[in-house]
Amino acid sequence: MGSDETIVIIASAFGVVFTYWFFLAKKDKAVEASDSIDIVVEGGYAPEVIAIPKGKKITLNFLRTDPTACLEDVVLGDFNIRRHLPLNEKVAVELTPKHSGEFVYTCGMGMYHGKIIVK
Amino acid sequence: MGQTKKTFSVKGMHCASCVVMIERSLKKVDGVSSATVNLATEKATVTYDPLKVSDEKLSSAVSNVGYQAIVNEEIRTEDEEKEEKEKELRDLRRKVAVSLIFGALLLWGSFPWLIDTAPAALKDFWVQLLLAIPVQFWAGYGFYRATISALRHRTANMDTLVAIGTTVAFGYSAFVTVFPQLVMKIGIEPMPYYDTATVIIGLILLGRYFEAKAKAGTSEAIKKLIGLQAKTARVLRNPEGKPASYEAGGKEMDIPISDVIIGDILRVRPGEKIPVDGILVEGESSVDESMLTGESIPVDKIVGDTIVGATMNKTGTFTFKATKVGADTMLAQIIKLVQEAQGSKAPIQRLADLISSYFVPIVLMLAILTFAVWYVFGPAPVLLYALLNTVAVLIIACPCAMGLATPTAIMVGTGKGAEHGVLIKDAESLEIAHKLNTIIFDKTGTLTKGKPEVTDILPFGLIDRNELLRLAGSIEKGSEHSLAEAIVAAAEAQQLVLAKVEKFQAIPGHGVEGIVENKRIIFGNKRLMDKESIDVRKAESEIGNMENNGKTVMMIGVEHKLVGIIAVADVIKESAKEGLVALQKLGIETVMITGDNKRTANAIGQKLGITRILAEVLPGEKEAEVRKIQSEGKVVGMVGDGINDAPALAAANVGIAMGSGTDVAIEAADITLINKDLRSVAAAVVLSKKTMRTIRLNLFWAFGYNVLLIPVAMGALYPLFGLLLNPILASIAMATSSISVVANSLLLKRKKIV
Repeated sequence: MGSDETIVIIASAFGVVFTYWFFLAKKDKAVEASDSIDIVVEGGYAPEVIAIPKGKKITLNFLRTDPTACLEDVVLGDFNIRRHLPLNEKVAVELTPKHSGEFVYTCGMGMYHGKIIVK
Repeated sequence: MGQTKKTFSVKGMHCASCVVMIERSLKKVDGVSSATVNLATEKATVTYDPLKVSDEKLSSAVSNVGYQAIVNEEIRTEDEEKEEKEKELRDLRRKVAVSLIFGALLLWGSFPWLIDTAPAALKDFWVQLLLAIPVQFWAGYGFYRATISALRHRTANMDTLVAIGTTVAFGYSAFVTVFPQLVMKIGIEPMPYYDTATVIIGLILLGRYFEAKAKAGTSEAIKKLIGLQAKTARVLRNPEGKPASYEAGGKEMDIPISDVIIGDILRVRPGEKIPVDGILVEGESSVDESMLTGESIPVDKIVGDTIVGATMNKTGTFTFKATKVGADTMLAQIIKLVQEAQGSKAPIQRLADLISSYFVPIVLMLAILTFAVWYVFGPAPVLLYALLNTVAVLIIACPCAMGLATPTAIMVGTGKGAEHGVLIKDAESLEIAHKLNTIIFDKTGTLTKGKPEVTDILPFGLIDRNELLRLAGSIEKGSEHSLAEAIVAAAEAQQLVLAKVEKFQAIPGHGVEGIVENKRIIFGNKRLMDKESIDVRKAESEIGNMENNGKTVMMIGVEHKLVGIIAVADVIKESAKEGLVALQKLGIETVMITGDNKRTANAIGQKLGITRILAEVLPGEKEAEVRKIQSEGKVVGMVGDGINDAPALAAANVGIAMGSGTDVAIEAADITLINKDLRSVAAAVVLSKKTMRTIRLNLFWAFGYNVLLIPVAMGALYPLFGLLLNPILASIAMATSSISVVANSLLLKRKKIV
């Protein structure tokens, strides 16, 4: 095996491990919110994970600044909410979680994810 | 960071100085760059940085100077949104055209068989580089931007794959152009792949263009519903602007529909759209309600009838009193329900969601592995093979098709249901409905019209017919039971004067009792008589005959003696027989549940062809009956009016309510039939079956596509057949796969459900 091949194997192994670590091993810290919270939609949702109390009405203000078509809609499937997010316009989504647990919300195609933790 | 423009209403302005004051106050808010207020339209338009300025800040800036801002209202018109969408599509079209034209030129100048016919300039690597740059960085800018912002969140998506894939092809080509000697030194003929990068970008953008157009079709149902809304209303108001009838000095005036208030008297002429919900107070007409109920025959309306907004007045002129406006109208409720259903998640989608969240990183890892394996074990020139196959893997993977498979079908399915008067609460209900194998129908008000009439009055010698009816009418006056209405109506038709009742008490499932003219009277079924130990033997044969004919017989006991019987019969709905046959054809067992006695129930069941009949079931027991059938392993649907049988509806796998009046948001129901047509039960099941078939096909296609073609792109077929996937073919396959999923969902629109 030539030295270039060894380098390619080592670099690829590193690449695979890095990809796994970068995308799949990330740990998100939940941002606590109680009445309302602004969520910026750009290449994902920021903050991505929010923690909210059970049984209390909360307003999520989505502001999409990213023109990617994927992010046009936000879907909070567990709360039966699908909302169109016009570019650069705040869209208020109100919800009152009745059960505690972790609820994933996504873009219209299920590619981008955010999480709502109800405590 | 972009600026946001917002237009909102301002109340309380009366002069030009108000305008100046509000503008000044708004401009003082940190982050607002411009503010203009229009006195005539009573609207303010503000341009601001949405990260700095909140709605509350705008609203308090207006209220600080003494006016009221209505910041949250939906001002954004459909036209504005349409225009924005069209601009996006135009932009996309331009990019597609440029990339495909430049891509074609590059193909001509570099593709093995075509290259001989190409002009010399196109074969020049530097000219090729010049042609490729605008495609890669202008047309492909969107892929980079999305990739970078996603990477900041440590996520990756389709754009990431396309951006990396095309950058690898473009980067290698640029390297070959600038350092051809270096490439030659490692034994590779210096040959750029600009055509690959540009054509891929062009084709993927073309795919997005078609996908965007097709996706607009999936949400058409909501737009259609919103479009049903009338824009203006003709109301009767007095000079002070208060609702008033003609007699009270009301004058007709046209006002925007948003200004109609409850209690307004509205006038509707033939051919006009009815603005809001209400009750007809004068005149009569026939109304086409097909836009809401799917029922094509116009409905006759007379004084006292319910009028539903957004339906079309056909023949007569009438006035009606508004009872529900704004968000409470039936149309608004339907829109809300459909919107919620379209936002809900079908259980079948969960797996797709789970996979798509890991998908792109896994494809990236597979691409790296592909490179390494081809570099180490592949044929010469190894670098070239490794690069091209890596690009093919990145390009062929299509997570979007998986993401679109379920939601697009749900959106079309629920929208189609709404068009036919079948409102589905959420995707889960739509999904379960196709598994139903038993459907229980409540009898009264569901299979029958629920408006029974008195058919027999039979005294047993102690009192006469009129006295019997008078006593029955008196005691039933306080009851809310549907049979009571029939008896009171019959008594009133005979112009009998009803007596006062004391100590009235309704005994659910039995009847009523009370004191009339100092005599204790009980009125109800046999069960009540048994409970009171009243002997009914002398009436048994009469009762038997009547019940065999499907009549409900009620007995009246005065001071512990049976004095007579009254029979009431309910009329079977026209759609009942057909609706049940349609279900039986689908292989679904139909069951009837009723509080009536066995004989009456059997008589009706026989007329309708129902074999399994649950009779003499008390209202509170219906839920238990549903559970009993479920415990036989059946998936049970329950059809009822949604009010009296709410627990049974909730207990069933799918609760189906017949819409009542203008209230469509029936809490316990999973599906509401606003057309009250029993054929719609089968339609809902068929819709569910067709939607599920579409979803399964979509998922099968989307998963199968990726599972089969990613290994092919990696070179799985190479050792056996020497077959490799050209990255350009990969991009065609990718673009087609998500379009085909959306197109398949749109096909649902054409399927027949009734």
